[in-house]
Amino acid sequence: MPENNKTKIESAPEQTQSSLGSENTKPVAAAPMGRGGGFGGGRGGGGGRAFMGPGEKAKNSAQTLKRLWRYLDRHKIKLIIVFLSVLMSSVMMLSGPFFIGKAVDIMAAGKGKVDLAKLWNLVLTLVGVYLAGTFFSWLQIFVMARIAQDTVRDIRKELFAKLQTLSLRYFDARPHGEIMSRLTNDVETINMTLNTSVTQLFSSTVTLLGSLVMMLTLSPILTLLALIIIPLGLLVTTRISKRTRQAFTAQQTELGRLNGYIEEGVSGQHVVKAFGREKAEIAEFDDINVRLKVAGTSAQIYSGTIPPLMNFINNFSYLVVAAAGGALAIAGQFTVGVVAAFLSYSKQFARPINEIANQYNLIQAAIAGAERVFEVLDEQPEIVDAPDSIELKEIKGDVEFRHVYFSYKEGEPVLKDINLHALPGQTIALVGPTGAGKTTIVNLLTRFYDIDSGEILIDGHNIQTIKKDNLRRSLGIVLQDTYLFNGTVRENIRYGRLEATDEEVEAAARACEADDFIRHLPNGYDTVLGEDGGSLSQGQRQILAIARVVLANPSILILDEATSSVDTRTEVNIQKAMLALMEGRTSFVIAHRLSTIRGADNILVIDHGQIVEQGTHAELLKKNGAYAALSNAQLRREAEMRESVNLSV
Amino acid sequence: MAESSKASSNTMSQNDNAKTVSRTSKPAKPETASSVIFGALSPYWKWALLAVVMMAVEVVGDLSLPTLMSTIVDKGVSVGNLSTVLQTGLFMLLISVVGMAGGIACTYYASKASLSAASDLRSRLFRKVQTYSFDSLDEFSTGSLVTRLTNDVVQVQNLTLSMMRIMVGAPILLIGGIIMAIAINPGLSLILVFVLPILVVTLTFVIMKGFPLFRKVQAALDRVNGIMRENLAGVRLIKAFVRSDYEEKRFGKANNDLAEITVTGTRMVGLVLPIMFLIMNMAVVVAVWFSGQQVNLGTMEVGKVIAFTTYLSLILFSLLMVSFVLMNASRAVASARRIAEVLNKEGESELEAVHLNRPRITDNTANNTANNTANTSTNATALETTQVQTILRPGDLDTPIQISSSAMPTPVLEYDHVTFHYPRIADSQPVLYDVSFKVNKGDLVGILGSTGSGKSTLINLIPRFYDVDSGAIYLEGKDIRTMGLAELRSKIGLVPQDSVLFTGTIAENLRWGNPNATDEEIEKAAWVACALDFVKSFPKGFDTIIGQRGVGLSGGQRQRLCIARAILRKPTILILDDSTSAVDMATEATIQTRLREEKGMTMLVIAQRVSSVLDADQILVLDHGRIAGEGTHEQLMKSNEIYQDIYRSQVTEGVTNA
Repeated sequence: MPENNKTKIESAPEQTQSSLGSENTKPVAAAPMGRGGGFGGGRGGGGGRAFMGPGEKAKNSAQTLKRLWRYLDRHKIKLIIVFLSVLMSSVMMLSGPFFIGKAVDIMAAGKGKVDLAKLWNLVLTLVGVYLAGTFFSWLQIFVMARIAQDTVRDIRKELFAKLQTLSLRYFDARPHGEIMSRLTNDVETINMTLNTSVTQLFSSTVTLLGSLVMMLTLSPILTLLALIIIPLGLLVTTRISKRTRQAFTAQQTELGRLNGYIEEGVSGQHVVKAFGREKAEIAEFDDINVRLKVAGTSAQIYSGTIPPLMNFINNFSYLVVAAAGGALAIAGQFTVGVVAAFLSYSKQFARPINEIANQYNLIQAAIAGAERVFEVLDEQPEIVDAPDSIELKEIKGDVEFRHVYFSYKEGEPVLKDINLHALPGQTIALVGPTGAGKTTIVNLLTRFYDIDSGEILIDGHNIQTIKKDNLRRSLGIVLQDTYLFNGTVRENIRYGRLEATDEEVEAAARACEADDFIRHLPNGYDTVLGEDGGSLSQGQRQILAIARVVLANPSILILDEATSSVDTRTEVNIQKAMLALMEGRTSFVIAHRLSTIRGADNILVIDHGQIVEQGTHAELLKKNGAYAALSNAQLRREAEMRESVNLSV
Repeated sequence: MAESSKASSNTMSQNDNAKTVSRTSKPAKPETASSVIFGALSPYWKWALLAVVMMAVEVVGDLSLPTLMSTIVDKGVSVGNLSTVLQTGLFMLLISVVGMAGGIACTYYASKASLSAASDLRSRLFRKVQTYSFDSLDEFSTGSLVTRLTNDVVQVQNLTLSMMRIMVGAPILLIGGIIMAIAINPGLSLILVFVLPILVVTLTFVIMKGFPLFRKVQAALDRVNGIMRENLAGVRLIKAFVRSDYEEKRFGKANNDLAEITVTGTRMVGLVLPIMFLIMNMAVVVAVWFSGQQVNLGTMEVGKVIAFTTYLSLILFSLLMVSFVLMNASRAVASARRIAEVLNKEGESELEAVHLNRPRITDNTANNTANNTANTSTNATALETTQVQTILRPGDLDTPIQISSSAMPTPVLEYDHVTFHYPRIADSQPVLYDVSFKVNKGDLVGILGSTGSGKSTLINLIPRFYDVDSGAIYLEGKDIRTMGLAELRSKIGLVPQDSVLFTGTIAENLRWGNPNATDEEIEKAAWVACALDFVKSFPKGFDTIIGQRGVGLSGGQRQRLCIARAILRKPTILILDDSTSAVDMATEATIQTRLREEKGMTMLVIAQRVSSVLDADQILVLDHGRIAGEGTHEQLMKSNEIYQDIYRSQVTEGVTNA
């Protein structure tokens, strides 16, 4: 704000309305909003690296700007409208003083000689001019709001769509809130700057060019002198804006980190409370919060320094021109009038430069935000469909792993030389200690991750040659971590097949023994579940997840501890639905309760990322190896149970 | 519960930041938008004042420059007096240096004050959220809380920043302009009497219209944030079901809503400037017309006309500055209200120590007899071990609750006719209904029941995540509502069902249980939880970094780390909420054996498998929120149908397959 009101204050008395009028866009823009907007914004290549993927380079801001411009470019016609409105409103507002000047001239005739008819005409003209000016200044705000929001919406949309394509490795490595911050806080910075800077730059440019032309016509030499403002301004601006940029960058990074911290802390609040960690949480929060404050403060201070500095440079240049002009006038090079006129123009010339300098700073903030956004957009989706990938019409369910090796982190293999072959309709069970890699194996089937070497084939096709969507649609997965959305029960089940009718949804629920408890919810199938499934018990959530898959009717079924939290009585009943579901489908089942997998066609015992045994239940028992040991342990336990009953009965 | 109002006096005692707390802990006056804004700024009033003073320096400097500039032209250049040019020039340079210094200093202090205030506000919000009960937490979605702590605070910060920068300039210009205008021509100044009210009314109208719009903007932002969060948390599901298109559509809608409402809001406040221009410029036109007539009548000089319009413009300009602030204000006020909502929500710590003098329901004779029939044989074996321990602790006997006439040792945990329903779920039936049971020190208590029967709810009442509707829960003889939350929770080691871990190293996560745990203790706890082997197998061992929610670990590994974390607390009661569901049976048995070796630790174990609670000293069978059976495995096998049913569901399959 300071430089604005200052320039205005300074010009107001002399130029009367002209300054006010032409200014009409400026204050809106440059001043508080803009500066403030700075805080929504900005981050560049800086901090957040802890969470950041590889290959992050300091990008140059010109490139980022160009890229931002491409979003604006889509609204060319609207931009032209804005530009014309800026032009028109500037002209209208500038011509106001001109007509007032004329009016004063008429009055100059003095007492009793004022041509009131002429004056009335002028007054009418003025009314017209101001009405038009008001209209155009309204129009530019009106249209620009749309451009800014459409742009920002496009960016958010693109960002969101991009996130959908990124592989799990990307998400695994970052706190959720940090990613969210890019979508909201960083995009918001861009929004703030767009709302103000574009019109601002337009109008500044118009005034700048106008005064420049006037100055040149008056005196090219003095113009040259007046232009010292430019290198000086550039020097100051670039010096400071480098700092500003770093500060904005740091600020956005810390804001992202804070966002991540809050999100994780709030969603795990029950653990925070249970462990009485509130104080520790607060301490850590304050840590990040202080860093954010420090970064934000220096961003504001650095960017706030530019206007006063530029103002000083302007005054300095005014003096130089005045002294030089005065000297030249005395030397007889110019008339005094030319120098005086030139000086008033050079003052007008200074104002837009001030504003551009200020905008430049704000744009730094937007660039910092944009870079964080583009960073995500530039992320290479790890798993993409090959150009010649195929779509399988019907998947029979022949699944084969050939010498599959896989690691989440380089050098830490999780799976080693996995070979397995499931014929269509077979049930394959995976058993083994936790952390052995069972979930990983089924995850690979879905191409959540790509393997390091080897091949995974479905119906004889390498899954990397099958369209990802096609592949995943043919798989029905009940994940170990059931996830429910904030929505109704019905919507959550329907997630399995969006076009399913209400009857189908309820049939699926019935098949999974879910109908009963759902009907006991306050609004039955239309009960809105809170975040993360909210009010349901873990077991109920698992049952809904199973219903979802029942509805999806996939070719290949993957059940990863699908009923671990379901009580066994309910499970026995669900089992029927599960068996019906597995009938004729290739199924992969991970379970600890060996009883649930005894009927499998092939049982794979996984340990330390390798298949250590495989065969049917009977075969494996005969082998008397790891499986037999596991099975015996459970049998012993069950025997104990039975014994205890015999004792007590 | 009537806790809320009484709680005010001795709240938040444990909060350390005195400055923040003193303000937080006076819930007598609910926060409003303005108390949020100015309250945050008030500790920094010195900086704010300095900023304003410095701004005044800059403004005064700026105001004097035009005069100097015209002196240069009129008395220097025009007359050809170069020395005047230089002299005045130097003076002007001096003033502009001072002005610049003022400007920079203003920026410096204003930034410091605003950002410190914003930082405090965030800290206050976060502290407040930390004190939230689950009831309050359930009310705001996580996405919304995140928006409120970041975006909304930024909006308020923007307002304070621009306020400070305008506070001096605008009033000086406004008052100066009005005085000058009146001095020149009081008659013409009457125009202002008409114009100013119109301006004020229009401004107010637009702001009032704008404010609810921006509330909607922030709410739309919440939704965008919320969907994004869901997509991040459910990323596997979305990929597995190939629902990107669906999600993009869902997001697209929220995104569009946000864009549309923002456009409407921006356009609404965008009306302010054009309207102000129009009104003020029309005033100028009117002034021109009337002054023309006055000049014609000879009652006004021409020179005065120019001056008068100049001052009118000054007034306009000052109002313009004010209107910037107001434009920002309508968004900031919407945000400040949202912040106030968070701050005004009753915090959990305000529930603390509320029921201090609540008399214990002493008709436990009835309840005891009922229980005892079931209990007597339950503890036959357990007594030998546990009773000794308990009796050896005389402190226990001193507690007033010991009046219970039975010869039983003080129960470490007692539920006394507990009824509970979730407050947020309207017209819901109680999740727990008249639940009573006792747990002796060192016992292992199993809790079984069908999905949704209230098992997790039952144990979530112990750390007071929620308070009971009626009845009471006693821990070591004390009503848990009379204990400080910190004290209460320090006695509890909870292993939640959803095995939540946090971004950080494994060691950091385990130290949640006990920040001062030595490496040996951590290893020991990991060993008890059967986690040591796999942790050691990682190249970085305990320093392995895990992602949010424990990404990178298998379900069973996460569960075991959560158990280790809970053990490190050395809790009086360890609660395992179905915490070994992803662990194989053999490992589960090992963990249980090792846990039982932890002396004096009472365990509550929710389980699905009868085998998990086979050795329990006491098993509770929950059915539709009621205790449907209580006793040892043997007793329940004899007497309890539901239990037999559960048993059969697990053994039958064993039999057929064996």
